Amino acid sequence: MGATAVMEPEVVADSGSGALILDDVTVRFETDSGPVTALENISLAVEEGGFLTMLGPSGCGKSTLLRVVADLVAPTSGTVRVLGGSTEQARTDRAISFVFQDATLLPWRSAIDNVRLPLEVGRSAGGRVGPRTPEELLDLVGLAGREEALPHELSGGMRQRVAIARALVTQPRVLLMDEPFGALDEITRDKLNEELLRIWRETGTTILFVTHSIPEAAFLGKRVLVMSANPGRCRDLVDVPLAYPRRLRDRESIEFVKIAAHLRELLESC
Amino acid sequence: MAVTEEAGATHAAGKSERSLRLAAWRRRSPPVLAAIAILLAWQLGVMLFGVPAYIAPTPLDVLGEFGREYKLLFDNLVPTALESLAGFFVGNLVAVLIAISFVHNKTAERAFYPLAVFVNTIPILAIAPILVLIFGNGFAPKVMIAALICFFPTLVNMVRGLESVSPQMLDLMRILSASKSEVFWKIRIQSSLPFLFAALKIATTTCVIGAIVGEWIGSNFGLGALILEATYNFRSPLLYATVFVASGLAVVLFASVTAIEKRLIRWKPPTAH
Repeated sequence: MGATAVMEPEVVADSGSGALILDDVTVRFETDSGPVTALENISLAVEEGGFLTMLGPSGCGKSTLLRVVADLVAPTSGTVRVLGGSTEQARTDRAISFVFQDATLLPWRSAIDNVRLPLEVGRSAGGRVGPRTPEELLDLVGLAGREEALPHELSGGMRQRVAIARALVTQPRVLLMDEPFGALDEITRDKLNEELLRIWRETGTTILFVTHSIPEAAFLGKRVLVMSANPGRCRDLVDVPLAYPRRLRDRESIEFVKIAAHLRELLESC
Repeated sequence: MAVTEEAGATHAAGKSERSLRLAAWRRRSPPVLAAIAILLAWQLGVMLFGVPAYIAPTPLDVLGEFGREYKLLFDNLVPTALESLAGFFVGNLVAVLIAISFVHNKTAERAFYPLAVFVNTIPILAIAPILVLIFGNGFAPKVMIAALICFFPTLVNMVRGLESVSPQMLDLMRILSASKSEVFWKIRIQSSLPFLFAALKIATTTCVIGAIVGEWIGSNFGLGALILEATYNFRSPLLYATVFVASGLAVVLFASVTAIEKRLIRWKPPTAH
């Protein structure tokens, strides 16, 4: 993989307060069919309280980028700073939460007990209960009254809501979401998109959100990072100048349609 | 007007209750009817072809034997049941403990798994005389044979169950900085339960087989000994009655384990959607 001219987005100016700073990060995996470069020379900064969506084709390394930030994958080269410290520090401090595409709930635990799981494990088990109790968080994600339901008694959308409540219970300052609504039907997805924005505004958490839906990326993000595949690179960073709170019907505005069209163009020229 | 309405409602309720009962009967009747049909065919077949009772007794002969020899049957059931239960507990406990050590120590798994496979390939009928030679004529060899026959399916299933945790769940636990023992107690043990119970159900029937095989080799008590004695003396009705008692024992064990499973596992494993 030689050095080619890559359109690299400028590092955001106010990186002093950056919740997240990636500097020239490259990730290579050894596979049976030789080394694979998942991410190449990624530089990026996300301000505290920001909402960055990452958009790109399959295999562009979006998920790997989240996994690097979550300290699940170590970068081959480059540095990652989360809230001014290392990723490991951020993980052990419980500053990071992760929401997967699959809700990843424990099937034998009720909704409320799944939300409580992070408070029971790890070094800080028992400590650090946020200002919001697990009950309040289930209420926040719209599941009041379903506390005792087992995961198989809940719909896909409800399970994902439980997963979001679980991610919030440790009061994370950075929330990483890897296609959390990818497996849901469009109606449920739209509803959860709107609710996620509400939760983001209520909690002030920095969110990194991976998706391969253009409308979802544009609707949620303050900025959209468009990535290209093989190897995964930053293609462009697009500002979404729509004011919050955004409503679903805003997606029919001329402005939104223009932004979506621009994102599509960028993706197609990858 | 009101009266007729009420009468109509009662009538409807009675009707729906009757149709519910009918539906329940439709569900339960096939196995019952099939069993009755087989017994009937057996009875008629033996009578029609004039088969002597010492070769094949009729169901009624066997039933009569139950009436006459219930004390003999019960006295021999007790040791076999104890051996089966003891073997069930010992065999499964050892299998579960070894499976846990395998999951925590891959070297142990690589070292001992092939050995476990090898032991399992030796026919139980071949091991039984060896154990009787070593441990004598008492309970010990029978319990060991019953334990041995339970051991392998539980070991294989338990290892699979403990490793059935999704990679994503392990990622989640890593992000939560969970320790290995927390992953084990909070996730692996629970995930393994459906696998464990699948193996335990197999073990409920095989442990009885193990105990009986043990009793075949130089024993003078238990259902196994009774089977041999009845065979040598051409007491076919007694032989059949003994066989029914032995399978009844396995059915009771199976039903008990199933009941415990239903109490313990109320959740459904996640399925692909």
